Amino acid sequence: MKSPYSETVLKHFRHPHNVGKIENADGKAIEGSPACGDMVSVYINVDPKAKTISDIKFESYGCASNIATGSIITELAKGKTLDEAKKITWKQAADALGGLPKIKAHCSVLAIEGLRSAITNYEERHGLVKDKRPTTVDIVRKRLKKVMNPLTGLDLVRTSLVQNIEVKAGVVRVVVDLPAANQFAPAIKEEIMEKIEPLWDVKNVVVEFTE
Amino acid sequence: MVKKPIYLDNAAATRLDERVLEAMKPYFFDTYAVATSEFAYSQGIEAGEALEKARGALAAALGATSEEFIFTSGSTESSNIALKGAALANKKGKHIIVSKIEDFSVLYSARALEKQGFKLTYLDVDGDGFIDLDQLKNAITRETFLVSIQHANQEIGTIQDIATIGKICRDKGVLFHTDATHTFARVPLDTRKIAVDLVSVSAHTIHGPKGIGGLYIRKGTKIAKWMDGGFQEFNLRGGMENIPGAVGFARAVELVTPQENKKLQAMRDRIIDRILAKIPDTTLNGHRRKRVPQNANITFHFVEGESITLHLDMHGFAVNTGSACFSRSLESSHVIMGIGGDHERAHGSIRFTFGRYNTMKEVDTIVKALTDIISELRSISPLGKEKEKEEEKR
Repeated sequence: MKSPYSETVLKHFRHPHNVGKIENADGKAIEGSPACGDMVSVYINVDPKAKTISDIKFESYGCASNIATGSIITELAKGKTLDEAKKITWKQAADALGGLPKIKAHCSVLAIEGLRSAITNYEERHGLVKDKRPTTVDIVRKRLKKVMNPLTGLDLVRTSLVQNIEVKAGVVRVVVDLPAANQFAPAIKEEIMEKIEPLWDVKNVVVEFTE
Repeated sequence: MVKKPIYLDNAAATRLDERVLEAMKPYFFDTYAVATSEFAYSQGIEAGEALEKARGALAAALGATSEEFIFTSGSTESSNIALKGAALANKKGKHIIVSKIEDFSVLYSARALEKQGFKLTYLDVDGDGFIDLDQLKNAITRETFLVSIQHANQEIGTIQDIATIGKICRDKGVLFHTDATHTFARVPLDTRKIAVDLVSVSAHTIHGPKGIGGLYIRKGTKIAKWMDGGFQEFNLRGGMENIPGAVGFARAVELVTPQENKKLQAMRDRIIDRILAKIPDTTLNGHRRKRVPQNANITFHFVEGESITLHLDMHGFAVNTGSACFSRSLESSHVIMGIGGDHERAHGSIRFTFGRYNTMKEVDTIVKALTDIISELRSISPLGKEKEKEEEKR
């Protein structure tokens, strides 16, 4: 069989390592969305003393390079300290896979971003954030770009569903342009809370709907 | 794991039939001269006769006469000539109507003309891929000189009502072109019964050679020559005629039988019924019955198409997908998006197209392989788990 992928990519694609979900994971993240093509979830458990990744799992809705990169980065990150794991690059992952087609770079970068976001998520939830910038409307908006609008498969910001964002004394208020009775409203609310609450200086998140 | 490969991408290209090759051979080795006038040397006269015999047979397959059929390099060129040639010859208005789900040859010819100052209307299609006939009627203005709506869709197989479309165009005095690449010899198209002025056809979809196609041009239809050169093809397309190709094309059409089309339809129906019954969260793309006999297109939700095709390739199956990851442009299928699908529906869509060399047994083999592949890919996908959870609760 002829393939644009290396033997190692095909091996990881066929039998990906560390696949699945960790229930009540110490840190987790979802990158991408069905609309941009690929999507990857990364879950980590962290040894609280050594600050090393004791367990890591991933799920992928994606093409071969996305699946293979998810598999290889979980291998590379396992046992590493959070700081070491953060520094894993796309190049390292691609090298470990024996190379990836250039056109597929963006599908595989997602897995690296997923790992970094899962680490950030852990740090935020455990008060380990070093870069203590106060949360601004822009930071909130950036995070809302990672919340999917299930109606279209695109994110909330791109589909103009975010009507207003307010940040005041540790309280973040997000107004979503949807009726509260919409079938997706509860899921969207839950996802917004999940993305915004971990920010180090945020005490409370209020999600409101327009109707 | 080396098994005989199972090829289910016959809309893209087909295996040449040996009988077609046999018919072509003499025109490579014996009668290879340029087709010449009856006053030249024997070999040239024979070549010319072979070309005209093929032309007559192909024209007859469309209910047309010889002088209404020109040879091209394939249906992409045919559609280019139809749209651009009609635009160049036209003295009426500057408005063209096409559907949103046309194949690239029509769509990009239309866009190229748009850049040259022509006005374009891109008609929407419904969930099955049909254009709205009233919308077409209303879109035709005094400026309109050409409507180009495909006979059947390249990805989802939906067959448009070209009889009614032709009537609408005829009543309004507008030219009607149809791209029949995926219906020629498979679905009847008689130009004596249907008011169509231009029809694009190709040999590569019916076990004929690549690089040969044709364009039906109804008598009296004004088309400008834009491949300048000699006086070939009724002075509409300059260039050395592809005589072996023309002979092969005619032979390929001759070899398609109603029985074969019935067999393809039975395979199509079986793969659709089995997949929809056996694999959960699947959606048929295109109309269930009004589709070409050789095409099935199904979305497997929560998984990505390139991953499916790669797994299938490892098992020896060749299929196609509307997923962005599979395409050279990294863009999702404009057809699936056009029928109201989202990126997710395009991403997980797989096109199965049957041909002469497929068997019913192969249908069962691929459905079995797919059942495992889809469940494996779903087990690693973060999507579609809510449903599982709900089922667990119950």
